[in-house]
Amino acid sequence: MNEKNALLIESAFKEYYFNRFDLIHVPQRATEREFGYQKFNSGMTRHLVVKNDKELHLMLMKEVPSDVYCSNAYYMFPNLPMSEKDWKGADMIFDIDAKDLALPCRKDHTIFKCSSCNNSVTEFQSQCPKCGSGKFETTSVICKNCISESKKEVTKLVDILTTDLNVKKEQIQTYFSGNEGFHIRVTNADYEPLGSQERADLVDYIMFNGAIPESFGIRRQNNSKSLLPTFEEKGWRGRVARKLFSSKSKVPKVTREIIASGYSAFQVQLEEIKKTMGVRIDPKVTMDIHRIFRLEGSINSKSGLSKIQCTNLDSFDPFSEACLLGDDNVEIMADCPLQIRLKNKKFGPYKSEIVSLPKYAAVYMLCKGLGNAI
Amino acid sequence: MLKIGVKDLAKYPFLTEAGEYLRNTGLSLEQLGHPDWQPIVEKAYGRIVVASSGQIYGSDLETLDNDSELLSFLVAIILLKSAGIATLIRRFSLAESRRAERYLQQDLWVSRDKKNLELPLKIIRDLFAVNVSIDNEDFVIKVPDYLHRAIHFHEKEWKLVNRRVANGLVYLSAHETVRLIRAELGEYINGKIQSVNVDSVPQIFRQRVEDLVALAKKFSDTTYVSSEYPPCVKHGIEVLEKGENLPHSGRFLLATYLLSKGQTVDQIAPLFKNAPDYNERTTRYQLDHISGSSGSGTKYQCPSCEKLRSESLCFAIPDCDGIINPVQFGKKRKSQ
Repeated sequence: MNEKNALLIESAFKEYYFNRFDLIHVPQRATEREFGYQKFNSGMTRHLVVKNDKELHLMLMKEVPSDVYCSNAYYMFPNLPMSEKDWKGADMIFDIDAKDLALPCRKDHTIFKCSSCNNSVTEFQSQCPKCGSGKFETTSVICKNCISESKKEVTKLVDILTTDLNVKKEQIQTYFSGNEGFHIRVTNADYEPLGSQERADLVDYIMFNGAIPESFGIRRQNNSKSLLPTFEEKGWRGRVARKLFSSKSKVPKVTREIIASGYSAFQVQLEEIKKTMGVRIDPKVTMDIHRIFRLEGSINSKSGLSKIQCTNLDSFDPFSEACLLGDDNVEIMADCPLQIRLKNKKFGPYKSEIVSLPKYAAVYMLCKGLGNAI
Repeated sequence: MLKIGVKDLAKYPFLTEAGEYLRNTGLSLEQLGHPDWQPIVEKAYGRIVVASSGQIYGSDLETLDNDSELLSFLVAIILLKSAGIATLIRRFSLAESRRAERYLQQDLWVSRDKKNLELPLKIIRDLFAVNVSIDNEDFVIKVPDYLHRAIHFHEKEWKLVNRRVANGLVYLSAHETVRLIRAELGEYINGKIQSVNVDSVPQIFRQRVEDLVALAKKFSDTTYVSSEYPPCVKHGIEVLEKGENLPHSGRFLLATYLLSKGQTVDQIAPLFKNAPDYNERTTRYQLDHISGSSGSGTKYQCPSCEKLRSESLCFAIPDCDGIINPVQFGKKRKSQ
């Protein structure tokens, strides 16, 4: 990132960190966790211990990081190198990112930025219309549909966690990630000691990966309707039954069809169910028991929006509620071919023009690579 | 309090209560050395021989004198410890755990309706810290307790997604419940045997100890390790020899495989000389890192066949049947 842009963003972040101590807290059991941060145009600093809110606020003011992280793991010695930390356990974490959901709307809000001349276009082209270069970087801007589809995944995840895995609602915290998705943290002592492999199997359960027909009563031969799952069953068997039969009156007919179609056809049906009912989480995040994960309350430098808790997921609007930077105007050179809406105000499209924008919108464009400080 | 009878101890002779029972009978090791007890020594020896052949020693608990079941287990441990052969101890632990597994399963199954599950559930709880409860026809355990054990199984049916799960509990049959703790049962019995100290053995045991040493010789050369590389490793070496590019995951496979076969970084490094992007310092740095001699000190393991398959680095041949990691390739038991 060029120096001017970094300075503008940094000053906006500093102002936020100074004014919003009320939003920025260390998570519970902070002294057992590893903290880390990244500064603009610089590497990662990690293996830090931050004991309380006061120390965290001091660090934010002193360093003005671009991104702040904290481990989901608990360690005996969080500040030592990884092999000496003495891992004790970890919260379960989940990352739901709109870009992994293969949504049809993605193409409507993805911007291709030429790597050599910085020209931005909204449609994929093999060559830059301005300079002829074939190299592009992509960036995507806010989209309501992406957020509402991501929310659906969160709802599916919370259902599995509470009904199948007996996690209590109050043990689940949902956060807007600060960019295009949601982070979910589960604090439950039973699941805390699980290692990476165990978490990988849990991920497969949540995503409905690796289900075999036998588990749902379909064998290679000699099938009997008594083995098929029923509406009332809990867990995936019940979910699959409700999907397959759709209503109780259809059970006899659908049962006959399933048995007549046989094993392979059922396998295909399970694959279809996985696509619609499996929760699309990022498996790497949940399996990683040493990860440092974006700290709640901190700003995501990919967008300038904050990672904040969603108390009411349905009504949550990240583009106003997580947009917390100052609103005094700054001038930037904007090159944003799509219109964006932040805090219920519309901005753009701009074609390489100098515009005066509220700081939150100016920083958003700079973070997305769609503008430059002047 | 739960009363554990002689018959229970015959089924589960490794329980702590077995030692107490013996102390109460006042029987000592010297007394067992009396020729009157010779049949017990023979029974114990037979128990080991059966175990060493991979079979499970069968007891008829209805007709047999139960004291002899328990005693023969204890004498078998003394014989094994005196012979001091790890292979025999391992085989015996495995066979005894399979034997106990049968009884455990039977006890869970038979007493399921009578709600007389105290003993089998106590064994599972005390030995393995797993709380098993019953829900109608099924046994249920907490999801995390299940995951800790089930991840060691490779069959798809053990994946959590293929289990009945509700309210944080996994539903299992008696057979599955016992199957889940099989490995731990073996380790527990093995640990028990390891912890026993035998100072001197009575004269009548001596012959059978010598017989065990002779028996163990049969197993000393039972594994045959082929010098052939598995096809995935061969492929990697061929690609490098041709001076073509082998992806990072392929290089990682070669390094971890050869390190696991005892080769040193010095021996492995020249293999990468033909790689199009070869840099001696980088290669050494990375090999040192993988071998655990630099960096975090973690020694990296050879990736599993499943991982290699997903990376298109698996070129399985019939000899690969039954292995789950390339390091197992070529290890075959001679038929006994």
